[in-house]
Amino acid sequence: MPTNILMPALSPTMEKGNLAKWLKKEGDTIKSGDIIAEIETDKATMEVEAVDEGILAKILVPDGTADVAVNEIIGVIAAEGEDVKAAAAPAKAEAPKAEAAPKAAAPTPAAEAPKASEAPKAAAAPTASTSGERPFASPLAKRLAKEAGLDLGKIQGSGPHGRIVEKDIEAAKAGGAAKAAPAAAPAAAPKPAAAPLAAGMSDEAVKKLFAPDSYEEVPHDGMRKTIARRLLESKQTIPHFYLTIDCELDALLKLRAELNAAAPEKDGKPAYKLSVNDMVIKALALALRAVPEANVSWTENTMLKHKHADVGVAVSIPGGLITPVINDACHKTLSQISNEMKDLAARAKNRKLKPEEYQGGTTAVSNLGMFGVKDFAAIVNPPHATILAVGAGEQRAVVKGGQLAVATVMSVTLSTDHRAVDGALGAELMQAFKGYIEKPMAMLV
Amino acid sequence: MADYDVIIIGSGPGGYVAAIRAAQLGFKTAIVEREHLAGICSNWGCIPTKALLRSAEILHYGQHAKDYGLKLEGTFTADLAAVVARSRGIAARMNNGVQFLMKKNKVDVIWGEAKLTKPGTIAVAPTKKPAMQPQVPPPKGAKGEGTYTADHIIVATGARPRALPGIEPDGKLIWTYFESMVPAKMPKSLLVMGSGAIGIEFASFYRTMGVEVTVVEVMPQVVPVEDAEIGAFARKAFEKQGMKILTGAKVTKVEKGADSITAHIEDEKGGKQTITADRMISAVGVVGNIENLGLEALGVKTDRGCIVIDDYCRTNVKGVYAIGDVAGPPMLAHKAEHEAVICVEAIKGLHPHAMDKLMIPGCTYCHPQIASVGLTEAKAKAAGYELKVGRFPFVANGKAVALGEDSGLVKTIFDAKTGKLLGAHMVGAEVTELIQGFVVAMNLETTEEELMHSIFPHPTISETMKESVLDAYGKVLNA
Repeated sequence: MPTNILMPALSPTMEKGNLAKWLKKEGDTIKSGDIIAEIETDKATMEVEAVDEGILAKILVPDGTADVAVNEIIGVIAAEGEDVKAAAAPAKAEAPKAEAAPKAAAPTPAAEAPKASEAPKAAAAPTASTSGERPFASPLAKRLAKEAGLDLGKIQGSGPHGRIVEKDIEAAKAGGAAKAAPAAAPAAAPKPAAAPLAAGMSDEAVKKLFAPDSYEEVPHDGMRKTIARRLLESKQTIPHFYLTIDCELDALLKLRAELNAAAPEKDGKPAYKLSVNDMVIKALALALRAVPEANVSWTENTMLKHKHADVGVAVSIPGGLITPVINDACHKTLSQISNEMKDLAARAKNRKLKPEEYQGGTTAVSNLGMFGVKDFAAIVNPPHATILAVGAGEQRAVVKGGQLAVATVMSVTLSTDHRAVDGALGAELMQAFKGYIEKPMAMLV
Repeated sequence: MADYDVIIIGSGPGGYVAAIRAAQLGFKTAIVEREHLAGICSNWGCIPTKALLRSAEILHYGQHAKDYGLKLEGTFTADLAAVVARSRGIAARMNNGVQFLMKKNKVDVIWGEAKLTKPGTIAVAPTKKPAMQPQVPPPKGAKGEGTYTADHIIVATGARPRALPGIEPDGKLIWTYFESMVPAKMPKSLLVMGSGAIGIEFASFYRTMGVEVTVVEVMPQVVPVEDAEIGAFARKAFEKQGMKILTGAKVTKVEKGADSITAHIEDEKGGKQTITADRMISAVGVVGNIENLGLEALGVKTDRGCIVIDDYCRTNVKGVYAIGDVAGPPMLAHKAEHEAVICVEAIKGLHPHAMDKLMIPGCTYCHPQIASVGLTEAKAKAAGYELKVGRFPFVANGKAVALGEDSGLVKTIFDAKTGKLLGAHMVGAEVTELIQGFVVAMNLETTEEELMHSIFPHPTISETMKESVLDAYGKVLNA
């Protein structure tokens, strides 16, 4: 019996969305779990996963159709052995509903990649900087770059040992990348005022820099595209500034050990096992409650002052990352936060999160401490106005009362949307956060 | 599993270098040769002709001893048989050298004619082509006929003299470079058809040896690939030596006598004349050896007598590669060698840089020598560049004058906008040894500034190179 593929709802409130692209053609065999289409809303792009097996008999809503109502029939799957033509007509209304399950595609990626090696790189690995270091470039390339107003530090060399040669400059000019100070660069063509940002190098220009067989080309999946689009947009449109503060962890670690030791048994296992990150989530939520002016979102016309502190937490998953949200974290106990986080992270890794579980949030936490990262700056994930980048807790020499002492110290950096949160306000938030981390008992009351 | 990782068909400068590089990179390698290790270059081309030309050069100096304040008593003449024997001896040394290199690098030599029977497989049959004599015998321990397999097969079969219909070389009255290299006796007069590198080198050799030489060139200048100014300069020098040169002229018909030929020649304006000479050399270019290799059956793409390859010497058929003359112009040994390395390194996955054909220098060993790299002035203009052109004559160079070699010219061509060195062209003594300076400069993408900043040693002919650069920017010192 043919089954209908229905327009999925990406969130409980979604009424319609765009059918961006079919990834299967009519006549293609479909296995359960295949990605058959991409659906877009203004917030996210999601992949539609097939639940049934069979043959895609008919596509009823073509690629690029905007405003498709939720539960509208977008296609029909014929079961194996079924007459595809006969099945091409939509099944009766009684047919099982919602045969398509939305699959998480990182609609709200957190601000940074999970591993340092995957951190968004600069347009090209700089072979030389503009800081006066001798650039590794041919004399002709240097002269051409100067004339074109290009920064050699932003151009990848294709010559021997990565030397920048003439054709790299030509490629950079063609790709529009690596412009140096705007004043030095006579505009090649007038650009619309609305799009003042440089496009990256063209695909061809990038590929030309490598031997044809020296790489494998992997098409972007929905998550990668979403991460790229949103982070580029964030970094280009949000005026970031950064505040770094050191927090002493010894009291928190002691409390955590005591709390974990006191965890009651449940089904033969401790009822909870708190992590430092769980306590960071709670501390940030409490800090936002204490400094409510920082718990905001910027819109062009108004400031949204949030009544709850909802903390998104970046979770690295294969092929990207996603930020499930601990809603109203200041009113949850540490054990609640901890258990909720474990469940969300596990389901995130299996791409089983519901959209409402990773959308929204009023701030975010990204923790790379487990990789030994000391300190880093994350990219704000709008509509948040802040994101807290958490480094490793490590023993450091500190000075206390004029004496050298050893303390476990964790550096955290708050990235802030300056339109919504000014410097002093961000500093106040960090002070409050540090207070909770260093006097963690306050989190329990 | 295949018998070899890499089999190379042809052991000329492309093939044997590919074999060495492949062996160095750990490939199990074999090379197939049907006639002579080291190819035309060492046996019947570049090297033995340089030996002949050296003899001619020394003869020339002997004849001009008094220019240097020297007195030669008695006679100073060429012993033709000895001159040729010396040239053959040098060819044999090169041949032995390659034999040694194959052994040293543990490359199997397979003797015979190879044919691709299917992808990855060649059949080797005994050589059918009658070999030009004298010939160095095949190396001991060479494998023979049979079927051999390899993951990668590199075709490096080279090229052979082009024959014009109706004027085909017969080896007796009409020579190719083969016969030209081993004359039994000196002809009194010689007609050379074609003034490219091969034609003009033989014209120069025979003229110096005292033969009446007429060169017929269909293009408007001698050495047609060279810059027009260099061609004109060389022509004057040749004519001063007593060479007759007809440009824009075509040999339409050749009548053979008992011990002479009569060539019917027509110029551009329709003017006709006949020239009778003892012998004639046909030097109208070379064509790739693409026949009887099984290329058609495998669907290997060819174009105008050459195998079509990409930047890494790959043909359109997986596992089949081509390098050197058979893979298209410029048909030069050093181009073949460079392709050999690119080809093998790409097979190994080493990401070699593709070759820029504009950076391939060309050298002609006539007297005076000619050497060049990059664009000629005409080609640079046609490419739309705005130019800065510099010139410097040898007559203003102390070393050249001291050597008694004051006839020469260096010409450099720069892009006026960027200072990029687009081309360098030289005629005069030892310029074939000097051109590499400009080749390196171009490869490093130097501009006029670095060249002007470089210190050239005094006294050398190389100073003419720097002066030419200075001249392009109005800063010449010694002229």
